[in-house]
Amino acid sequence: MILTPSIMMTLTLGAFIVGSWVQRKSRVSLLHPVIIAMVLIIAVLKISGISYTEYFQYNSFIHYLLGPSVVALGVSLYEQLSRIKGNVTTIFVSVFSGCVVAILSVVLVGRLFGLDESVIRSFEPKSVTTPIAISLAEGNGGIVSLTVVAVVLCGIVGAVFGPKILDLIHVRNPLARGLAMGTASHGIGTARAIQMGALEGAVSGLAIALMGMITSLFLPLYHLIA
Amino acid sequence: MKTVKGIFIILLFMALGEFCSMLMKNFVPGNVLGMMLLFCALSAKVVKLSDVKPVADFLTNNMVWFFVPCSIGLMDQFDQIKAILPGFVVICLVTTLLVVAAVGVVQELQIRRKKS
Repeated sequence: MILTPSIMMTLTLGAFIVGSWVQRKSRVSLLHPVIIAMVLIIAVLKISGISYTEYFQYNSFIHYLLGPSVVALGVSLYEQLSRIKGNVTTIFVSVFSGCVVAILSVVLVGRLFGLDESVIRSFEPKSVTTPIAISLAEGNGGIVSLTVVAVVLCGIVGAVFGPKILDLIHVRNPLARGLAMGTASHGIGTARAIQMGALEGAVSGLAIALMGMITSLFLPLYHLIA
Repeated sequence: MKTVKGIFIILLFMALGEFCSMLMKNFVPGNVLGMMLLFCALSAKVVKLSDVKPVADFLTNNMVWFFVPCSIGLMDQFDQIKAILPGFVVICLVTTLLVVAAVGVVQELQIRRKKS
């Protein structure tokens, strides 16, 4: 079988377009476009006997775009700073609490279930956007491939259940809701936050950047102390 | 030309970030440093917002499908994840929603306190 980047990237985009269409038609939030794309692509690869390594190699261009998209968050950070000026300190406090809860809860649950230290370290940066999480997992002795899967799944979990949790605990302020989505579920949560409203989307984008920054600083420090 | 300029600026700052990251032995990832440097350059008016905005908006608005290729890594992890399934499910579900709740509540309380 002849594999080319164009064939394999068409598969990726086609599966994602089908996923978006299914979600729009079904209105079931659990049918997240990325989940549907994952199921479709894995099925195609299994049937045709193409390995993940091969698939990924031909899709490396799409994957590469994650890096520049993190750099691009500097622009939304700059744009939104004036709109949230009075709340800069509170936002830092909230995202920092999110970072501490994320890392400590993973360590706690991990130890409770008797997971290996390297597995726990792979899950610690799971609320951070993929390119940052990969660097953090590498730097702290985690298993990178496991980190990537956890990051994507946690992104989907936050996007699907996040708004319901926020309703349940009566968090109604759009700034607080957007911030919670971006801090817990990075880009995938932000895509959901954009649907909730303009401010939610913008603040969620800001939260990806802040969570990435704060976790990058806090996680190595945590490992120095703990 | 506008688009080329935007792509150039984003890649330039990513490269600068990676270089700084190398200097500090990858303590902070290069793309985060690139983001911070780009933010500083915009604040200092070294980079014009209108030059990067279209390309930056394209990247941030399309982030979701950039995640698809690496998510397929799941297919090689099935066995490893099966071995730790209960812990894995709890970590993905509970800790993520704990973070949603914690950030939401902390921010909402701070805003309410400010208003009163």
